Amino acid sequence: MRYMLLMCGDETAPQIAPHPAVEGDEAEPCWMPWAREMQARGVLLVDGSQLQPTSTATTVRNSGHEVLVADGPFAETKEQILGYDVIECTDLDEAIYAASRHPVALAGGVVEVRPVLASV
Amino acid sequence: MTPDAITTSAEAAVAEAFRQEWGKIVASLIRMTGNWDLAEECTQDAFAAALAKWGSDGVPDRPGAWLTTTARNRALDRLRRSKTEALKLQEVAVLSVPEEPAAWGDSGVPDDRLRLMFTCCHPALTLEARVALTLRTLAGLTTGEIARAFLVPEGTMAKRLTRAKHKIRDAGIPYRVPPAHLLPERTTGVLAVLYLLFNEGYSASAGGDLMRPDLTGEAIRLGRLLASLMPDEPEATGLLALMLLQDARSAARLDAHGELVSLEDQDRARWDAAKIAEGITLLEAALRRQRAGPYQLQAAIAACHAEAPRAGDTDWAQIALLYGELRRFVPSPVVDLNRAVAVAMAEGPEAGLALVDELAADAGLSGYYLLPATRADLLRRLNRGPEAAESYRAALTLAPTEPERRYLAKRIAEVSG
Repeated sequence: MRYMLLMCGDETAPQIAPHPAVEGDEAEPCWMPWAREMQARGVLLVDGSQLQPTSTATTVRNSGHEVLVADGPFAETKEQILGYDVIECTDLDEAIYAASRHPVALAGGVVEVRPVLASV
Repeated sequence: MTPDAITTSAEAAVAEAFRQEWGKIVASLIRMTGNWDLAEECTQDAFAAALAKWGSDGVPDRPGAWLTTTARNRALDRLRRSKTEALKLQEVAVLSVPEEPAAWGDSGVPDDRLRLMFTCCHPALTLEARVALTLRTLAGLTTGEIARAFLVPEGTMAKRLTRAKHKIRDAGIPYRVPPAHLLPERTTGVLAVLYLLFNEGYSASAGGDLMRPDLTGEAIRLGRLLASLMPDEPEATGLLALMLLQDARSAARLDAHGELVSLEDQDRARWDAAKIAEGITLLEAALRRQRAGPYQLQAAIAACHAEAPRAGDTDWAQIALLYGELRRFVPSPVVDLNRAVAVAMAEGPEAGLALVDELAADAGLSGYYLLPATRADLLRRLNRGPEAAESYRAALTLAPTEPERRYLAKRIAEVSG
């Protein structure tokens, strides 16, 4: 089954906020050990990214005769969507395990696990 | 036999088979088809067929096998008649399952009912859905019966069950006994659902009745099943023992006016000696495995009460020790408070008071009326009337129900007099 893991957390918390790549930084990104562990378990990483902060977000609505554009994320809450991963694995227990081992979860964030609707 | 007698005995046989076989048949059909609704409906059909047939043809030698085969054929029928590709695939799955799964319940081959129990109690479902699904699929209660037990409209309960079954299917909740690395925490989850079910019947959180024996009965029945399916899990046996030991007191818990009677004041002659004996035997078997846990410890505490012929004979020193052990598993100020009460009973109010005052310094129990109420009781026993009255008044402002407030007001009058 395919699941999307939505990484949620307080983007102002230093341990959770996306770390911009530092020039000449040779250290591997924090999610690499996770990706290796998942691969070893047979969890397929289909896609995934961190997202830029919500200060860059734009919300779009279409009322039918007018497109409404607004600055900011969909919901103004303390916790925001920080990134996502799409994984392919056997069942929800495997997806829960993947979520529980993710760096965002380990740093105190919340991971929402959503099954992806199978395309017909 | 007269025709009427034959019908009655057939009905009795169907009712007995229902208790014994329902969960087993539903569980095996879910494994074969992966389709929860189909499994329930075909099992129901099989019992309807039994009611119609057993009266005229006689009760088969092996009612369980008869019902399983009937339900399975019914499922195959329905899958064949359906045209969709997904259901065709399920048909293949049913056909590829051996006619009589060897070794149901034998060690090594997980019983289908155990898979069903773990799936129903999966943490990705709401607690209410876990309880309802367990009652529907394993115990065979109808949606209406479950709705009445939890005092919600039948439509609400039907929606709750449907939503849970859809989530199992759509979110990919596996139908299996969890692998070793997940087993301990998931077993704890199953035990918690059964104990919640028991407590909902033992001290109902809503409605006019203080106890609902139908729910305690189902919880004990499922507890027996779980303990038999997990013979190596002492906590499963411990939970069954705990439920039996508590349930043994149910006849003595209410007075003639339906008011709760405290443990100390209960008429112990009305306790159920057979249930106590069974509970203690089970507990001893569990403890021999030397892997203590919260349910075994609570059962051991219940056993201390059950074994005392009079309230005054209670082994409070042992109870204090057991609460001390329990707090290692369940670090909760409520457990600490219970321990303080036991220490006061064993060593005297002075020792108990010291522990209660330690707890009072901690924020964990602020707002919990039993803390000042316990403190007040200990002060009263030490003949420190004015201080006791003060604590009783503090408890009075926090007490949640009218009978508790009546009790505290009476005490204030006593110590002030």
